[in-house]
Amino acid sequence: MTTNVMIVGVGGQGSLLASKLLGHVVMSKGYDVKVSEVHGMSQRGGSVVTYVRFGNKVYSPIIDKGEADFIISFEELEAARYLPYLKKGGSVVVNTQQIDPMPVITGKAVYPEGLLEKIEQSGAKLHAFDALALANKAGSSKATNIALMGKFSKLFEDISEEEWLSSLKACVPAKFLELNEKAFYLGRNS
Amino acid sequence: MKEIMLGNKAFARGLYEAGCELVSSYPGTPSTEVTEEAAKYDDIYCEWAPNEKVAMETAFGACLAGRRSFCGMKHVGLNVAADPLFTISYTGVNAGMIICVADDPGMHSSQNEQDSRHYAIAAKVPMLEPADSKEALEFAKLAYELSEKYDTPVIIKMCTRIAHSQSIVETSQRVVPEHKPYVKNQAKYIMTPANAINRHPLVEKRTLALTEFAETTPINFIEEGQSNEIGIITSSTSYQYTKEVFGDKYPVLKLGMINPLPVNKIKDFAKKVKKLIVIEELDPIIENHCKVLGLSVEGKSLFPLLGEFSQSLVAKAFGEKDKEACPAIGELPVRPPVMCAGCPHRGLFYTLSKNKLTVLGDIGCYTLGAAPPLSASDMTLCMGASVSSIHGFNKATNGENEKNTVCVIGDSTFMHSGMTGLANIAYNQSNSTVIILDNSITGMTGHQQNPTTGYNIKGDPAGKINLEALCKAMGFERVVVTDPYDLKQTEDVIKEELAADAPSVIISRRPCALLKYVKHKPSLEVNRDKCKSCHACMKIGCPAISFKEGKAHVDNTLCVGCGVCKQLCKFDALV
Repeated sequence: MTTNVMIVGVGGQGSLLASKLLGHVVMSKGYDVKVSEVHGMSQRGGSVVTYVRFGNKVYSPIIDKGEADFIISFEELEAARYLPYLKKGGSVVVNTQQIDPMPVITGKAVYPEGLLEKIEQSGAKLHAFDALALANKAGSSKATNIALMGKFSKLFEDISEEEWLSSLKACVPAKFLELNEKAFYLGRNS
Repeated sequence: MKEIMLGNKAFARGLYEAGCELVSSYPGTPSTEVTEEAAKYDDIYCEWAPNEKVAMETAFGACLAGRRSFCGMKHVGLNVAADPLFTISYTGVNAGMIICVADDPGMHSSQNEQDSRHYAIAAKVPMLEPADSKEALEFAKLAYELSEKYDTPVIIKMCTRIAHSQSIVETSQRVVPEHKPYVKNQAKYIMTPANAINRHPLVEKRTLALTEFAETTPINFIEEGQSNEIGIITSSTSYQYTKEVFGDKYPVLKLGMINPLPVNKIKDFAKKVKKLIVIEELDPIIENHCKVLGLSVEGKSLFPLLGEFSQSLVAKAFGEKDKEACPAIGELPVRPPVMCAGCPHRGLFYTLSKNKLTVLGDIGCYTLGAAPPLSASDMTLCMGASVSSIHGFNKATNGENEKNTVCVIGDSTFMHSGMTGLANIAYNQSNSTVIILDNSITGMTGHQQNPTTGYNIKGDPAGKINLEALCKAMGFERVVVTDPYDLKQTEDVIKEELAADAPSVIISRRPCALLKYVKHKPSLEVNRDKCKSCHACMKIGCPAISFKEGKAHVDNTLCVGCGVCKQLCKFDALV
């Protein structure tokens, strides 16, 4: 049985650290794991997606439509964009932030309204919260990724709080550990 | 020790463990991190070369001197380095030499999706193709052994999904083999016709010997299946998709060595199965090999020649239905990549667009100048092509285009292959206007140093090429510098140089806003009373500026205070 997690957002929001943390914690737990990232051009403010797959034996590094158990999104529109990748009845963890893409900025399109409701109507289990505000409360907007992972950790009960924290320690520089621990707890307990 | 590692990092670990002593590369997605990760080992000398040809020749020099060496590049980089490749195939090596080439099927970050396997066949050099991080590490070590045993450079072919996927590897200690002495050997290393004609038969013999190796090497392995109705031959990431779909249902011949391909191993495998199918991304290399062997095989009749594969693409080719998914939510606005807030290229491209100039572009972040709303670019081909093609564009039309055409090229791309085009302008004298976008870094691939930045790959002070002095030495009398944050100055300079009856170089200089040492100014704010909603500030396509409730709005988490928008506001609403 393979678990499929997609981490989506806007280039530059810190999805690489989120996937690093998840990869680390499931590997420590003894799972086989593959993480597939996007580097290069698409990172420049574009829509970015990272795939994390773990289980007894993982072959493909990518997740296809209808395969994701979880989508963790840094932004509302991006959560909606990747919804067809979610299994029927899968879960969406989303930071309730809206970042206008260029067609909206230039007036060629409008930012769609009511996305969260539409996600819920599609049959997905929705977990929407303001991860950015929690990160700011922890000390820096840069910890939004870890606040999101805190929320996700609560949904995925195979891994204990201690295991998450020890992986967090291994994945972030010592001087930012306290900040990230705070953000993790704020997300987890939200 | 077990670790989860990016494919490119695992490759670098393999180089380290195998005792590699010199790495010379040019950055290019998805190959860049092999060299960046290798540079973290103090035991390996690493550098960014000005281009892939120089990198490959540098690595050749190191192997000639008896030290294991490496050069890395993306698929299109191998086009640049093809010249040395074809002849290093003839000379062979002294110590081992590995070339990494990383393909980009699906073109995540490239201008084409060429299949690099053709190069291994054409240059008659062995090519290995790992299918995950573990193999990337192991194949790097094996490649040095093959290189030295068979006296040949060895290519390791990566692709985006292997290079940029993390999976579990097991690391071990570094072992540096005994250095090979350098011994003068003119018959081997001076490729004049008289010598090369004697080397070519050795190359053909080597291919035969390597084919023998391909028959028995454990990196070409068969996994038995429950049913012999179908037998699948595959490699690289296609192997992973195949196993994901079928598990052990059908037998699989997984090829780790893609050139030369085994003959008997494939024939024997084909005999055991009722139907033979090849699953490979891009071109039908393995499939055509099977056909040459007289085997009945299917491949591109079932699978596309284009783009990346996936498990569902493989499953669908075998008649499986789509998985049940959450429905899509109507039409959503796309989110294409954009120039960052504060990007120094923005002011320049705004000026080019405003003046309706023809802009011959090049490869880098500034390729994004082609996107709306700036839409200020007419052509992008390959590294350096802007400078060479403006010369042809102007020469062929007898000066008709000179007054309204410029070319743009970044500092790193200029050092890569813009200089030679500039030499042609200087020599054959077209009245061309060349703009070098000097943002003091190689941007798109993630901030690598280059010969104009004054720092090396480790961030230590290094030689620094002075662009103005270089252009002047080539014979350009008109070399001017402008700050692209200053729209008036930039427009004046461009108009003046286009009007001049002489070739000129404009250096648009301002460091990338994402560089750590660049100090940002406070975010601008909109005075909503003064804003007349004229949308002038929206013409530059800055991701920090949007319209909220009918007035301009600046996102203060993105704005770096570059002030370009402020110069467009006639009502002083941006402060």
